[in-house]
Amino acid sequence: MKISIERAALLKAVSQAQSVVERRNTIPILANVLIEAEGADVMFRATDLDIEVVDKAPAQVERAGATTVSATTLHEIVRKLPDGALVTLTADAAAGRLTVEAGRSNFSLATLPKEDFPVMASSEYASNFSIDAVKLRRLFDKSKFAISTEETRYYLNGVYMHVATGEDGKVLRCVATDGHRLARIDTDLPAGADEMPGVIVPRKTVGELRKLLDDDEMKIAVSVSETKVRFATPDITLTSKVIDGTFPDYTRVIPQGNTRKLEVDASDFARAVDRVATVSSERSRAVKLQLDEDRLILSVNAPDSGAAEEELAVSYNDERLEIGFNAKYLLEIASQVDRENAVFMFNSSGDPTLMREGNDMSAVYVVMPMRV
Amino acid sequence: MDCDAFYASVEKRDNPALEGKPLIIGGGRRGVVSTACYVARIRGVRSAMPMFQALKLCPDAIIVKPRMAAYVDASRAIRAMMEDLTPAIQPLSLDEAFMDLSGTQRMHGAPPAVMLARLIKRMRSELGLTGSIGLSHNKFLAKIASDLDKPHGFSVIGKAETESFLHDKPVRLIWGVGSAAQASLDKAGIRSFADLKRWDKQDLIARFGAMGDRLWHLARGIDARRVTAHEPMKSISNETTFNDDTADPDILDGHLWRMAEKVSDRAKAKDMAGRVVTLKLKRANHSTLTRRVSLHSPTQMADTIYRTARALFDQVGNEGPYRLLGCGISDLTNADKADTEGDLLDPNKTKRTQAERATDKIRSRFGPDAIVKGRALR
Repeated sequence: MKISIERAALLKAVSQAQSVVERRNTIPILANVLIEAEGADVMFRATDLDIEVVDKAPAQVERAGATTVSATTLHEIVRKLPDGALVTLTADAAAGRLTVEAGRSNFSLATLPKEDFPVMASSEYASNFSIDAVKLRRLFDKSKFAISTEETRYYLNGVYMHVATGEDGKVLRCVATDGHRLARIDTDLPAGADEMPGVIVPRKTVGELRKLLDDDEMKIAVSVSETKVRFATPDITLTSKVIDGTFPDYTRVIPQGNTRKLEVDASDFARAVDRVATVSSERSRAVKLQLDEDRLILSVNAPDSGAAEEELAVSYNDERLEIGFNAKYLLEIASQVDRENAVFMFNSSGDPTLMREGNDMSAVYVVMPMRV
Repeated sequence: MDCDAFYASVEKRDNPALEGKPLIIGGGRRGVVSTACYVARIRGVRSAMPMFQALKLCPDAIIVKPRMAAYVDASRAIRAMMEDLTPAIQPLSLDEAFMDLSGTQRMHGAPPAVMLARLIKRMRSELGLTGSIGLSHNKFLAKIASDLDKPHGFSVIGKAETESFLHDKPVRLIWGVGSAAQASLDKAGIRSFADLKRWDKQDLIARFGAMGDRLWHLARGIDARRVTAHEPMKSISNETTFNDDTADPDILDGHLWRMAEKVSDRAKAKDMAGRVVTLKLKRANHSTLTRRVSLHSPTQMADTIYRTARALFDQVGNEGPYRLLGCGISDLTNADKADTEGDLLDPNKTKRTQAERATDKIRSRFGPDAIVKGRALR
């Protein structure tokens, strides 16, 4: 194999590959990226056995062929090469080496045979549809903060993507929760997605997917089966196993009867929470919200380190209420708000609280209070 | 001060018929030797030896089940005598304690050596128990000294003779150097304190990490640890060895609940809570499995400890039969930060927490058996 490729194109392809590769590997081949050259394209393929990414880059292929080489080493080399360099990769199968040449730099890297590289088995997808990158980005960006890291509830370690019935008919919905907060984000159901089975997209896949979604105009081809999900742009294909588990019935978690309504400027609110939480150094910092007629007092009392209080002008016309929350959760939820106003719906100080943007029901958040 | 064959000595004191006979304290038909009296020790019986092996070495041994209450009483009486000498006492177990006698000479009108000799004499005449004294200028050496002249011994390692004393002694004398540490020291060619002393401080640290620094100091007989009455608690745990190995999930579940409840009771009594829950299982072939998980927020509730440990157990899968099961909490914090958060996906958690608090109140008024869970009976 011998190819010449622009440094920028190579860097993009290799960085996607090396981020899929796990840092600590017991199987040496999994640290490698499979490079396959044919026609006018080069494919870079990397996997951790759960996720596979294939990145296609334009290149001048002098001699077709394939080899595998350490993804991190290749990435580091390409990253350090000067911008605009033309990089030549030459595989010497007999010597088991890949030569990387650019200008006066010359590297020789150890390779492993391409036959050893585990290529993810292709499978039948029950549903194939196309969706704007910007919509998919909103679904995952607004929900991923609530993904759980708890290993015992592994079925919460991802975003549950499924078809649901929203206020105005069927929607494509993403839900994530860790038992303390929950995010439920909807978008219009794309054509052809009706039959899509609900799948739990793992946290790492969500992170990798994000790199495909920067271009607003891009259309993403989505394929879903019971066990796998695939996201593809013309150049990049990301295939991932989904979490084998049942996502809990989240609908009963979303409070329906909360009537005490607080309207507040989301960014003012977030900044105030951030300020008062400064005095506490604990891992789970509790912020107390005291609500009275159009007035909100945020306070933190940490006996060991200090106390803080801040008052905000808000819209609230219900009975007095005192309720505590984990400061981190309030901050994360408030920072999801794109518009000006965040609407909180409370019941009692022990019940889950609902938050949404204005009257928009396409993004709903639930947070569990803390005893303060 | 280290008592001699403490449990056995208490038994012999309370039952003169045992005098002069080999006596082993230990429980159950599959238990291990807890303490062997000196007569049994002559025949090769040692602490922690499986009972069947001990009986092979000493078939005429009398086996007595431990009477912890009696040992605790005796330990308290000794403790009271030690408190007459100094308030700075650090108990290591029921029968062993460090005492800091620095600066007590004027008060007692006698040097520490004399006071310690009086203590041993008093223990013998008033309690009928013997102990051995190790007197030195730090904890490390005092501990070594207490083992030099057992039983009913008294040995002193003075500052001036510290280096010559240690010189040809093996490094395994260091408390905390077990077989694993011994192996890595062996690899480095370190067997005696003389070997250890040849090493540069930096090299020791590079090779053994934080332990290396400690080794460098100990090689020179330096140990700056203080005698502290209260070591901060790091974890609370309980475990049980079954009479018969079992793989029965119901029986194991019952044990798990009882262990979780014991851990919870102790945590509540100390007003503490833990963020990490650990499950420990020992298979029939003595191989140990431990699994731990960090909770979102600290807990002291038996319900949460049990459910978390149960989830860990389910993750392990039933690889039984098991001979031992235990659970515990660590990463301890004050209880006022514990169990403050509910769980969206488990709306009954708050109710169960309230029920547990109510149960605790009933148990504190009417005794621990006043109200129990059904699964505790399994």
